[in-house]
Amino acid sequence: MSEPILELRGINKSFGPVHVLHDVDFTVRAGEVTALVGDNGAGKSTLVKCIAGIYPTDSGEVLFNGEQTHIHGPKEASNLGIEVVYQDLALCDNLDIVQNMFLGRERGRAGLLDESDMEQAARKTLTSLSVRTVKSVRTPVASLSGGQRQTVAIAKAVLWDSKVVLLDEPTAALGVAQTRQVLDLVRRLAEQGLGVVLISHNMNDVFEVADRIATLYLGRMAAELPTKDVTHSQVVELITAGRSGDLGIARPENAVV
Amino acid sequence: MTTRSESTVDIANGDVEPTRRSLWQRVSGSNTVWIALVLVALIVVFSIARPDAFLTLFTAQTLLIEAAVLLVLGVGMTFVIITSGIDLSVGSVLIFAGVMAAKTMEGLSPRSDSTGAGWGVILVGLLVALVSGGAWGLVNGLLIARAKIPPLIVTLGSFGAALGAAQLITDGSDVRTVPKALARTLGSGTSLGVVPNLVILAVLITVVGDLVLRTTRFGRYTYAIGSNEEAARRAGIAVTRHLVTVYLMVGVLAGLAGFMSLAYFRTTTISGHSTDNLNVIAAVVLGGTSLFGGMGSIIGTVIGIFIPAVLTKGFVILHVQAFWQPIAVSAVLVAAVWFDQVRRRARDQS
Repeated sequence: MSEPILELRGINKSFGPVHVLHDVDFTVRAGEVTALVGDNGAGKSTLVKCIAGIYPTDSGEVLFNGEQTHIHGPKEASNLGIEVVYQDLALCDNLDIVQNMFLGRERGRAGLLDESDMEQAARKTLTSLSVRTVKSVRTPVASLSGGQRQTVAIAKAVLWDSKVVLLDEPTAALGVAQTRQVLDLVRRLAEQGLGVVLISHNMNDVFEVADRIATLYLGRMAAELPTKDVTHSQVVELITAGRSGDLGIARPENAVV
Repeated sequence: MTTRSESTVDIANGDVEPTRRSLWQRVSGSNTVWIALVLVALIVVFSIARPDAFLTLFTAQTLLIEAAVLLVLGVGMTFVIITSGIDLSVGSVLIFAGVMAAKTMEGLSPRSDSTGAGWGVILVGLLVALVSGGAWGLVNGLLIARAKIPPLIVTLGSFGAALGAAQLITDGSDVRTVPKALARTLGSGTSLGVVPNLVILAVLITVVGDLVLRTTRFGRYTYAIGSNEEAARRAGIAVTRHLVTVYLMVGVLAGLAGFMSLAYFRTTTISGHSTDNLNVIAAVVLGGTSLFGGMGSIIGTVIGIFIPAVLTKGFVILHVQAFWQPIAVSAVLVAAVWFDQVRRRARDQS
């Protein structure tokens, strides 16, 4: 088992009177896909936004590469090498693949753009991810399919020498073949040594690519287990009830709240 | 790994060179080319009809001069429309800047007659024109980007306010003294024998605008914001600051256009620019810049400026009633926008 690259300890987060995250521990390991599952409202998105620096945490520790850090904003998160691919992808339809991948971080001197350098780097990244489904890196994003857009969004995230990539429901709107492609891509990211966090509602996807499964239940980390040690139905029980047999949160009468 | 039906090319291998689409594909896919063909066709028709009158140096010179002021406004407007904004105030800001410049130059001259003023006074006048144009642009930009008021409303407001302010300053009557030195050089002078100086200035602005839009980060961000503002924000682009800068730039360019107009007409022409905003917007849209943002080019705007100008000239020469010109331009404009929407729909479905 590899060293944790990102480690969260005892994270708490409230929005006014609503306590969304309770003492959440969460670990991301380099070279592994960690699935983050949980029902609607369990706190998955909040946890991701805390990692991405969009929400400040109320208490708890964040360790990156074993060193304690504080992530105060999206810029700091990306400086550390943490990238998030949101569900709505946030691509510019009128711009082409290269322009989207480098958006906000264009290469070139004195405000001038170095198009050929960016094009080469974009191609190199896509090649390293074995992406073979786009005709040209100069295709406008508007004319790409859903799976290709997802691919571009993920490639954009790994272009920056990222260490941790968080993917929010990357297969939610995709067909069978495209889901296949994206899952292959997720696997390859981990093989390249990145820590990958996959948020998904789809148990098949989770069991297919994840090395570990972390289950949130009403803002608490119910269990964080290797995929091979749990079954499909156990995970579903963890999601819906917060526990399954010996796993998960202790019964309410024993719990220390 | 794939069961996709669409053709896939291995981009890793260099054996297929897919990156540059064929010239024809790129050319036929853009509105700009079709609209350029319309312009060429118009020129050819008028040239054949009256070769003696249309294909003359004088016609070319006046055509270019009349387009010069609109072109300067059009460069700024292209940036604004690409961000999916709009600026209705350019004509009024032009007048305001011209009035401010003219009044300042008069104030710095003996007996409020700036006819004999020297270059020092003229430069101060230019500076005043740019600053007063820029001030309106800054106000527009801050209200749009910070206060998040729709650009249509903000610039409709400044459209009225800038004109009103110009009339307040002048009591509604045009300033009639303009430095001779300015009128003779920038206003009606020529360089290289035949090229009007006004046109040289407009071309310079256009070339710089085109380079900024196509080859710089500033231009790229302009497209990105118009395409998907939220994505631009998440990519770390300072969207608010960028929008303020774009509107500021339009204001400064309108100020420059006001100064050019002052030099050419030798008066402030307060009542002569009430439809400049619509003419410029029509030209920009005609040139293939999408009102939905994210798409457009300066070269398209140049063509879009010249279609109405050529039509007007041609109708005058052919003794067609000049009132046909707005009808013809409007028809082309509506057709161009319709074309753009059909194209977008086709693209989004693919």
